[in-house]
This record gives sequence, C-alpha cells and structure tokens, in this order.
Amino acid sequence: MNVGSLKRTAQRLLPTGGWYVIAIPYLWLLLFFLIPFLIVLKISFANIALAMPPVEPVFAWTQEQILQIRLHFSNFGFVFGDSLYIEAFLTSVRIAGVSTLLALVLGYPMAYGIARAPSGWRNVLFLLVVLPFFTSFLLRVYAWLGLLGRSGPLNGLLMHLGLIHEPLQLLQTDFAVYVGMVYSYLPFMILPLYSAIEKLDLNLLEAAADLGCRPAQVFFKITLPLTKEGVFAGCLLVFIPAVGEYVIPALLGGPDTLMIGRVVWDEFFANRDWPVASALAIVLLVLLAGLVLLLQRIQAREEAI
Amino acid sequence: MSDAYIRLEQLTKRFGEFVAVRQVSLEIAKGEVFCLLGGSGCGKTTLLRMLAGFETPSEGRVWIDGVDVTDVPPYERPVNMMFQSYALFPHMTVAQNVAFGLRQDGLGRAVIADQVRDMLALVQLEGYGKRKPHQLSGGQKQRVALARALVKRPKLLLLDEPLGALDKKLREQTQFELVKLQEKLGVTFVIVTHDQEEAMTLATRIGVMRGGEILQVGTPTDIYEFPNSRFVADFIGSVNMMAGRLSVDEADHARIDCPELGTTVYIDHGVSGPPDSSVSVAIRPEKIQLTTEKPSQKDNVIGGVIAGVAYLGGATRYLVRLPTGFLLKVTEPNVLRHEAHFQKDEAVWLCWHGSAPVVVTR
Repeated sequence: MNVGSLKRTAQRLLPTGGWYVIAIPYLWLLLFFLIPFLIVLKISFANIALAMPPVEPVFAWTQEQILQIRLHFSNFGFVFGDSLYIEAFLTSVRIAGVSTLLALVLGYPMAYGIARAPSGWRNVLFLLVVLPFFTSFLLRVYAWLGLLGRSGPLNGLLMHLGLIHEPLQLLQTDFAVYVGMVYSYLPFMILPLYSAIEKLDLNLLEAAADLGCRPAQVFFKITLPLTKEGVFAGCLLVFIPAVGEYVIPALLGGPDTLMIGRVVWDEFFANRDWPVASALAIVLLVLLAGLVLLLQRIQAREEAI
Repeated sequence: MSDAYIRLEQLTKRFGEFVAVRQVSLEIAKGEVFCLLGGSGCGKTTLLRMLAGFETPSEGRVWIDGVDVTDVPPYERPVNMMFQSYALFPHMTVAQNVAFGLRQDGLGRAVIADQVRDMLALVQLEGYGKRKPHQLSGGQKQRVALARALVKRPKLLLLDEPLGALDKKLREQTQFELVKLQEKLGVTFVIVTHDQEEAMTLATRIGVMRGGEILQVGTPTDIYEFPNSRFVADFIGSVNMMAGRLSVDEADHARIDCPELGTTVYIDHGVSGPPDSSVSVAIRPEKIQLTTEKPSQKDNVIGGVIAGVAYLGGATRYLVRLPTGFLLKVTEPNVLRHEAHFQKDEAVWLCWHGSAPVVVTR
C-alpha cells in the first residue's frame, strides 16, 4: 500500500473538518452540563448519610460482586409533600414572571429605540446596554443595597420632594427583588428584541398606515406579531435564570421572599441534605424544560397555520 | 380652484440641506394614469410619498378631490399605495392581507368576505386566499399587493415601480392587465418608474423628473416626439444629439449649422430662437434612412461608412461614421425576412425628413 492510498483511507475513516466544529459545543455540553446533571440526578435518588459527601452511594458492589442500585424516591415525595417547597416554587414563578413582564414592558421601547436610532448612534446605545456586564454582577446587586437603603439616594429624593416624611423600608421587600431582577436581566430582554425589531421591514409599517391603521394599531397588528420570536426569546432568557436566582433575593429580599434558589442553597449548605437539594434542582429543571418545550410547540403550531 | 382631481401646488421637500423635490406644481385629472419617470434620486419616490402622506412637504400643498390633504396622516387619506417590495404582511394569509384595509374601516364580516373574493377574482387569484405570501411567486405577490391596495376603492392609487420586480415576459403581460384593470375600475393612478418603456405603455401622461424638478409633462407621444430639453430627448429612447448654431430662422423653416455632421440641418418649421444662438439638434435613429444610392432630396443628406452592425431581430441598428468622424445611430426595421443588411465598412447615404430633427435649447 503506498502513501497516497493510505492517506485516502485515513481521510475516509476520520471525520471531516465540519464534524470537529460541531463536536466542540457538544463536547462542552457533555463535560459541563450532562455529566454534572447526571451527578445531581444520582444524588437526588440517594439517601442522606453522616459522611463526606453526605450521601449514601447509589451504586455499590455487594460481596458477591453484584451491582446493587438503591434508589430513594422519598426525596421527591418530600419535595412535593412539604408546602414550604411548593410555596417556594410558586413564589419563584411569580417573581420571575412579574420581573419578565416588567422587563418586557421596559425593554421593548428601549430595543425599538435602539433599532430605529440613526446608525451612528446604534452602536453607542448598544454598548450602553451591555456596559453593566463589564462590572461584577454581585457588585452591581450590592450597589442596590446602598441605593435603596433607608439613608439611600432614593429615599433622600422622596423626602426632599416632600412626598414622604420618613424613609421607606425598601430593602428586604419584594419591591427590591423586582428592581434587582429587572435591572440585572433587562439586557437579556433587549438583545433578542433588538435583533427582531431591527429585521422588521419598515415598508410593512407604512403599508399598514396606508391601509388605515393608526400608529398604536400598527404596533399591535404588525410590529408586535412580527417580532414575536424576539419576545419569546427575551422572555425565556429572563424568566429561566430569574426563577432559579439566588443572589438577588438573598441580598435584596426579605425573610418572606422565599425563592427556590435560596431553598436549594439552604438545603445544601445549612441542612447538608444533598439529596433533597438535588431533588429540588431536578424538579426545577424539569419544570423549566417543560415550559420551553411547550412554548416551542405553540410557536411551531402557529407557524404551521 | 381649478377642476383638477389631484393638484400639487409648489411642492418642495428638503432633507436637511438636500432638496429632494423642488417647487413641483402638477394637475392630474380623474381616471388618469400619470407616470413620474426619472432616474434614481430624481425625487419621484419622494413626490409619491408626499401624496401617500409618508412625507410632509417642506412647502406647498396637496389637494385631492378638492380637499387639502397636506396635513392629513396616511391612515386618513383616501389614497392607497402599492409598494415596490409589495410589503405584504408575512404573518397573514392572502385573504387577510386583502381584507386588512376593510377591517380597518370596520366593515362587517360578510361584506369583507364578499369584497375580498371579488377582488381576488379580479386579479385572477381565486383559490389563493388561504396561502401565505411566502408561498406565492413574484407575479402572484404583485397581484395580491394590487388587490390589497385597490380593495378600499381609493380615490388615488400610488404605484411605486409596480413591475420592477418581475421578469421581462411577465412584465409585458402585467402591463396590459394593469391598464385593463385601471380602465375597468376608473381609479386614478400615479405610477413611479425609472423604466421608460413601462411609462410609455401604462401612462396617459408622463412627467419626466430630474434633480427634484419636473422637466416636461405630456402624453407619451409628446415626450418622445417633442422633447423640450436635451435631457428628456436623451432619457426617453435613443437619440443622436448634436450641437449646432441657428443660422436661418424663418416662419416656415430653419437651418442649423452642425459642425459634428459637417452639414446644415434643414427643419421644416421655424424654431423662433435668437439668431446665431447655440442649440442642440436631436434626431431619433429610426427617423434616419440608409440607402446605397444617393437620395434625390436636396437637404438633410450626408454620406458615411457603416462602422458597426447590431441585428436585434425586429430591427437592425447601425453605427455610421461620418467624414467628420462623428458616429450616428441609425435603426432600420426588418420588414422582409430575406432583407439584405448593410455590411460593415460599406459606404452609405443617410437622409431624413425635414420634420425629423428636434431643436432643443436647454
């Protein structure tokens, strides 16, 4: 066999360049998502133990060299059985949902403004939206502690205007959590909305006006339906991380703001109950994945019509 | 007040320093098909957009059917527009697109359904109502756009390059359909186009635009046979343009010295210009005859040599080099199938009738 045919054989057997490119993200997901997920899944079926790590092994070899698998479903039963967890889930969904809605209402006009700004301005405005990411997320949330504090600038301003006579309790309330959430996740809403609005054909808006639509009608009949994908994408990008958010409710929220991220944290570190914490994480993941699939299904059905 | 249906009064539109439309006054009668013809950037689209209400004039007024609509927003004007890109709503079906304007008017469901069906039948798109725009061909999209704009029975229909996106064969067919439809409905059309052939076929009158101004308004024949400027003569069709000097100017004839032709051009009418003034002479290629024998007529005869031949099927286009070195374009119709064509380098005589040359002073 000469060198040429050897090379050809090798080329036939080895994957091509395109395959490698696709393989990189898959490998990444496998290493940093799927494997950790499987570990968490395993722990969620384990029993708690006084050891390090504080779980009994799920897979074990008996003395007869038989693989023994012990699955404890009680963790999930515990999660669904305790109203505390259910409440935490509901609170998380409520706070994330309201935050998403607020981010949409605030983000849409901003994205619209950027997309319709003169092209020279667009990059500047875009940079301003992304600029907060240059600072640590924790630091930015921390800054709100000062801004919303009893002697902070917001209370100062309200007092100065004479609207209130003594400082409002803003921190440790749901209000502070909403402020933190909307502030932190607004860019994730604006970016997909911007790209959807930017693609919109301006002729369509003029055509609608020409056919008798007032500006508000043009928005609801043409602009909004045609930027629906951006709305979906933005809402998911805000809602999903917001549901599991830990830092914002922990720093800005009060003792009543019991969100699921905080419960998972407490189970892991305070209770050292890894199995229940893992079970909570799995339930959250299934809920969110189900939501995404549902939305995709709705979207696909609408396109098919 | 004149009885013009559409009236533009000293209409000007500035974008910053740039003047897109300059002091345009125009009157269009009811039922007319008026074409705004010009190259890109001549202001024709801006003028159209001012009629639609998408642009507010910097100066001047727009009147439609006796009403000053200058400050009326597009959604309240009795005007509809067919966009160059068609601008069909991609998230709606064909029927929903056509019904859109009627829905805005708050008509009843049954009435809308009837009108949409009639309109789709009129543009020969029965049975296409449930399709989405992306499932249609270019010609079908064009007809949906037309149906959508016509269904509200506007007093004025604006068409921006209505046939620009269609291929040549389809364009010719659609031109005639458009004219038929217009005659049937009696709606006044204002069409913007850069395609002179389109303008000639569709229009009852043409306005030739350049640099934001209308240079000439007239019927297609007026524009072609009696252009009032070098630009119009050159823009519409093909033309031989020569500089000259007015040497004789009587009531019934005129003579112009043309150094480029090496002869004097005889014209069978007076031009009433200042004596000895510089003018331009325009002669259409099809108005020049080619012969091997020297023609008997006294004036407007020159000899030349064929420098190029292009057989176009319906006609043959020659380039004839004159003794002065000037190249004249000549078009001869191919009347007979076995016609002998002139060959390159053949010596020929050129002649034209005294009515053929057009004298333009600007």
